[in-house]
Amino acid sequence: MSNDGKFGMKKFLIPLAFFLSLVIFLALGLQRDPKEIPSPLVGQAAPAFKLFTLAPNDQTFEPQEMLGQVWMLNVWATWCVACREEHPLLVEFSKQHSLPIVGLSYKEVQAQDEPPGAKMSPEEKRLLARQRSEKWLRTRGNPYVLTALDLDGRVGIDYGVYGVPETYVIDKQGVIRYKLVGAITPEILSKKILPLVTDLQKT
Amino acid sequence: MIPELGHFALILAFWIALAQGVLPLLGVATGHLGWQSMAKPATALHFGLVLLAFLALLWSFAVNDFSVLYVSQHSNSLLPTGYRMAAVWGGHEGSLLLWAFLLALWSIAVAVFSRTLPLAMSARVLGVLGLISTGFLAFILTTSNPFDRLLPAAVDGRDLNPLLQDVGLIIHPPMLYMGYVGFSVAFAFAIAALLSGRLDAAWARWSRPWTLVAWVFMTFGIGLGSWWAYSELGWGGWWFWDPVENASLMPWLFGTALIHALMATEKRGGFKAWTVLLAIGAFSLSLLGTFLVRSGVLTSVHAFASDPRRGVFVLIFLAVVVGSSLTLFAWRAPKVSVGGRMGLISRESFLLANSVLLVVATGAVLLGTIYPLIIDALNMGKLSVGAPYFNAVFVPLLAPVLFLMVPGVAASWKEAQINSLVLRLRWVALGSLLLACGVPAILQQIGQGEWLWRTSLGLFLSAWIVLGSAKHALGRLRQSGRIPLSYWGMHTAHLGMAVLVVGITMVKGYELERDVRIGIGETVTLRDFTLELKRMENVDGPNYKALRAMLQVKKDQRIVAELTPEKRRYFSTAMPMTEAAIDSGWMRDLYASLGDSVEPHPQTGAPRWNLHVYDKPFISWLWAGALLMVLGGLIAALDKRYRHSATRAAPT
Repeated sequence: MSNDGKFGMKKFLIPLAFFLSLVIFLALGLQRDPKEIPSPLVGQAAPAFKLFTLAPNDQTFEPQEMLGQVWMLNVWATWCVACREEHPLLVEFSKQHSLPIVGLSYKEVQAQDEPPGAKMSPEEKRLLARQRSEKWLRTRGNPYVLTALDLDGRVGIDYGVYGVPETYVIDKQGVIRYKLVGAITPEILSKKILPLVTDLQKT
Repeated sequence: MIPELGHFALILAFWIALAQGVLPLLGVATGHLGWQSMAKPATALHFGLVLLAFLALLWSFAVNDFSVLYVSQHSNSLLPTGYRMAAVWGGHEGSLLLWAFLLALWSIAVAVFSRTLPLAMSARVLGVLGLISTGFLAFILTTSNPFDRLLPAAVDGRDLNPLLQDVGLIIHPPMLYMGYVGFSVAFAFAIAALLSGRLDAAWARWSRPWTLVAWVFMTFGIGLGSWWAYSELGWGGWWFWDPVENASLMPWLFGTALIHALMATEKRGGFKAWTVLLAIGAFSLSLLGTFLVRSGVLTSVHAFASDPRRGVFVLIFLAVVVGSSLTLFAWRAPKVSVGGRMGLISRESFLLANSVLLVVATGAVLLGTIYPLIIDALNMGKLSVGAPYFNAVFVPLLAPVLFLMVPGVAASWKEAQINSLVLRLRWVALGSLLLACGVPAILQQIGQGEWLWRTSLGLFLSAWIVLGSAKHALGRLRQSGRIPLSYWGMHTAHLGMAVLVVGITMVKGYELERDVRIGIGETVTLRDFTLELKRMENVDGPNYKALRAMLQVKKDQRIVAELTPEKRRYFSTAMPMTEAAIDSGWMRDLYASLGDSVEPHPQTGAPRWNLHVYDKPFISWLWAGALLMVLGGLIAALDKRYRHSATRAAPT
């Protein structure tokens, strides 16, 4: 460890220089949201499906019904903790804006709900999911124009659901324009979703 | 009332910490003795106040005061008392308070044990610790107050995350934080030494026991965290290269390098600037870890609710603390770095090489951890770096570190003869090579698994360390003279490393897993074990309901174990959790994890479930190795010479 000459002095500045560049990247990183995962689905047509809804009669829903309007698909479930956090925000939003929000109830009935050793029939599952979801929406408010029941999670697979909640913005032509994994925050709503929706509604 | 009292104590603690940080340092700079001697009473008062705040939060949890927002978010009236206490650090605000409390605890310990330290030195060390604490308390008070009220109060709390309801998780965070925060003491000593311009043997001797103890806590904390992940997360893994795990591994690697570099500095006065840089680096990495975890810049399984304001605060704090200390380093280190000369082959050179390799390994982990962030900041897309990268860079970097552990111990200080080293270690090398090739060859012969080169490498390095250490210890015993405790501490810790490497090697090389659909009465075989699903039953826990599978394990027609994996559903969150069942042994663990129910048996129509079973050979050696390292560190820290160090080290 000798320190002769000019370089000898300068090498002691290396750790500082290294650290400062690290800080710059960390500062830039703070501006970003790691939860915004680019989905190959963005820019693609929203996958088609046909599911029963929460309505007691055997009403169904297909995304095609929404063609011609901009809408939002929000994946939720009563067992999902983060959904409880974002829910008031959605309720507030639905009161203030005329953007239809469709709920997608994802795997509402889990294996633990079934009595051990017995399988529930699809009808029983739908009944249980309805009871639970309706109670949830009654107490917390209902921001959805309707909620489709994805009991076996097949539609979730088509949409590449990572974890509940997830939110999609779909344009008039039925193309997915935005996907968010995780709970919506006021910032995301005002800075990302609202400008995008206003834009899409103009075209 | 009590929460307000805690909040008030915290505000007072902030001002006292500020006084503890500013007055003594000014006192040393101006030669004002009165201000220098303020350091100790200020530290004591600071500790008392933070303790009061901590107890206030603990009390709020104990009495289920759900009018405190933090309590309502992390506890529940059904939660067992032990977990309710641990819930204090179950979230962001409380863990920061724990951080501040442990920092105050380390500070008071330094104040108590530094009676023999020169006044100026202890004033500087406590001053630096006071400044760090000021920053942390400001962070808590401005962005993360755990005493915020929730009005009207919640009827019941949201409950502690079920994943955290485990004994391992009660003690894991405090242990880990003791390590993180403990490195602040080595950091404070380094800054004090740079300020005084005297980086000498005395400085190294003062720093060593503190660094050792912090390292011990950190090792224990990481080991516990890994054991928890293994036993609780339900998929049999023990290390995931998750950003938060990396955040704890990086200061550990630096701390390990620091312990060894301090020894060279103490004994030979070698590479002082490097040692001081390691001391600054270890604590800087602890702070960086805090930033990564708390700011939400990275997604992780440990993700706490993140708040951008917090990220900005921690980043500024990090920039100020690390930036100013590295500036001080650049300014002062050139003047003090002239050290004793060392030969190309000597104990110092091996220690230096090892610490450089450990620092490079840390750099590789850091790069992998923040690479997604850099790519994102440069607008080059989103990506994540996974285990393949870390495994690919970590093995080639750490294998030489493990190899150098033996010649590093065997070589003499100053100048060693390479010929004599080779001559002394040739039987050790030969024996290790035989074991490294023989064991996998035999295991392949008896059908236990294929022979992989990585298995041989791991076994060679473990055998090399064990045989090399044993040979050195035997040689030392034959010599006359008292053997210091730190010598045995070193060998115990090195042995721990070897045991750990055996564990990793055997698990990686020979683990087996089966993923099956199973109904009652059906069996699954795993190596020489037959597991039969006997029955399924419903179980009620204090705050959950569970479905439990009863698996009978047979080997050679004899029942050897019973495994009862569960699938739990906690009332408060309704979140389904798997509770793995593990039959643990010295040679292997049997691990079973229950999955969802699946479609019934095609012929009989009987119900079936997913079941994941693993055979993990030697996995308990991982935790045993970590415990041996902890033990070794403790033995070394107890060495008598640290207790008398200050008297011998007093300036002449």
